Amino acid sequence: MNELVQILPDLLEQTGIMLWIVAASLLFGGIGGLVVGTGLFVTRTGGVLQQPVVWWVLNVLVNTFRPIPFIIFLAAMQPLGRLVVGKGIGTEYAIFAIALAATFGIARIVEQNLVSIPSGVIEAARSTGASPWRIIRTVIIPEALGPLVLGFTFAIIAIVDMSAVAGLVGGQGLGNYAITYGYRQFDPVVTWSALVVIVIVVQLIQALGNLLARRILRR
Amino acid sequence: MTQHIVLDRVSKRFPPAKRGGDPIVAVDDVSLSIEQGEVFGIIGYSGAGKSTLVRLINQLEPVTEGAIRVGDVEISGLRGKALREQQTRIGMIFQRFNLLHSRTVAGNVAYPLEVVGVPRAERRRRVEELLEFVGLAGRADAYPEQLSGGQQQRVGIARALAANPQVLLADEATSALDPETTAEVLDLLARVNRELGVTIVVITHEMEVITRIADRVAVMEAGRVVETGSTYDVFTRPTTDVAKRFVATVVRALPEGDELVALRAQHEGRLFTISFTDEGASEARVFGALARAGVDFNLVHGGVDDIQGRVYGLLTIAVRGDAAAIDAALAQIGPGVTVEEQR
Ligand SMILES: Nc1ncnc2c1ncn2[C@@H]1O[C@H](COP(=O)(O)OP(=O)(O)OP(=O)(O)O)[C@@H](O)[C@H]1O
Ligand SMILES: [Mg+2]
Repeated sequence: MNELVQILPDLLEQTGIMLWIVAASLLFGGIGGLVVGTGLFVTRTGGVLQQPVVWWVLNVLVNTFRPIPFIIFLAAMQPLGRLVVGKGIGTEYAIFAIALAATFGIARIVEQNLVSIPSGVIEAARSTGASPWRIIRTVIIPEALGPLVLGFTFAIIAIVDMSAVAGLVGGQGLGNYAITYGYRQFDPVVTWSALVVIVIVVQLIQALGNLLARRILRR
Repeated sequence: MTQHIVLDRVSKRFPPAKRGGDPIVAVDDVSLSIEQGEVFGIIGYSGAGKSTLVRLINQLEPVTEGAIRVGDVEISGLRGKALREQQTRIGMIFQRFNLLHSRTVAGNVAYPLEVVGVPRAERRRRVEELLEFVGLAGRADAYPEQLSGGQQQRVGIARALAANPQVLLADEATSALDPETTAEVLDLLARVNRELGVTIVVITHEMEVITRIADRVAVMEAGRVVETGSTYDVFTRPTTDVAKRFVATVVRALPEGDELVALRAQHEGRLFTISFTDEGASEARVFGALARAGVDFNLVHGGVDDIQGRVYGLLTIAVRGDAAAIDAALAQIGPGVTVEEQR
């Protein structure tokens, strides 16, 4: 109990850093995933912006990068990270790597949710003379919004997971904290405190996602 | 009457399902001319190519061959923005309504108005007017899933009419509805045609729909139009087998096979079939002649139909009595009614 009080300030600080990493990588990875996923959906054969070559490139990119285990991805993207964010370690690099990995993961989630939109609804919009861009904005995204929110909720939880792994390359946050003080210094209190905080954070995110999705779906 | 929609030797082929297979010919060398302000029906069995044909008219699909003109514009030659502008002048409704579930009724109806850039205040006014027209005033804030199928189709119709199109395409618009709701929706379409002067193309596999609202009809089979004419003519004098089969679904046609055998078993005497159109004569003349000759008869099969406000009758009667008297009576009936003995 005493120890818990002792580690509390650190625990809270690291939780804050983790949330920051999650939020920042969600922002970039979320936008990236939405763009790539929507791109996959609209450029495929029969899509509103049918572009077989673009579709093929996106598809190969996603298929190549998505299955790579994050721990290997994290190490492999270091050169690219130095190019983009100036370093291959630390919190900034962690955000970069997570955002990139999340882009590919979220892209598939987005695509899968868009595929479930009844094609007739898009056809109805086309029949009014709406442009492809308008259809993306006013039909495709809004019609799939409920499932998209659930998909993003799923993605955020995966990002929390990745943020912990990113502790390995010196990304701050609960993962790093648990490894450095809990695992390496054999302090189960630290490990378990980190675990409990992560479980609570994940539960909150899931509850929030469910609530939002239910609002959107009106049930 | 001016031609409104003209299809000139139009074909649509889809790439083969398997590499190296034959392309799928969905529409095969179709020429049609649809008049300004008419309701034109296209009937055919599943897979006949009806939906493909109608999607060529508003160019949701490009033609493979041939040309399509709507009004003064050859729409089949347009792409991109120019095509989209023409599409705003053609409304379309669907079997599954295809409403946006992310929007309210009002939001759905407003959609085409947003596309053509109508300002917000004007949009609101127009939506109200349209909902009034289709009988859904007061349901503006409902979501599609809160409405019955018939109401959803009314929203679909309001949406299709929002941008003041001159043409309305209806692809199986009543196929998901029960008979009563079908009748209501068809009445609404007839009103759209009558009051707004919109040219309507209805696609269906139900002859009911055609006889209720279509002025003229084209019968499709395997991508081709095999028969065209006024609904009344196709109905009373179908020439192709498909057309005959469709007609038989609404009129209880001539008794055949088992039915005929059963009729013979149930009724004494000779069986005659009387057919007449609205060209003056009716069954009364036949009944009168038989009564005057003192022969006994009763109605055993068939009925009288109303097609676009015109009558068409096909009745089978069983007649008992002296053969010579019967023949003499029937011989004096005169033109307009055909009497045929079922042997
Ligand atoms: N996008 C497509 N790609 C490939 N084949 C198609 C496509 N659309 C239609 N077809 C084929 O074209 C033919 C005609 O189809 P269509 O949907 O026009 O028929 P339909 O008369 O509307 O039938 P239904 O009453 O079932 O709606 C069918 O063989 C169908 O499989
Ligand atoms: Mg069809």
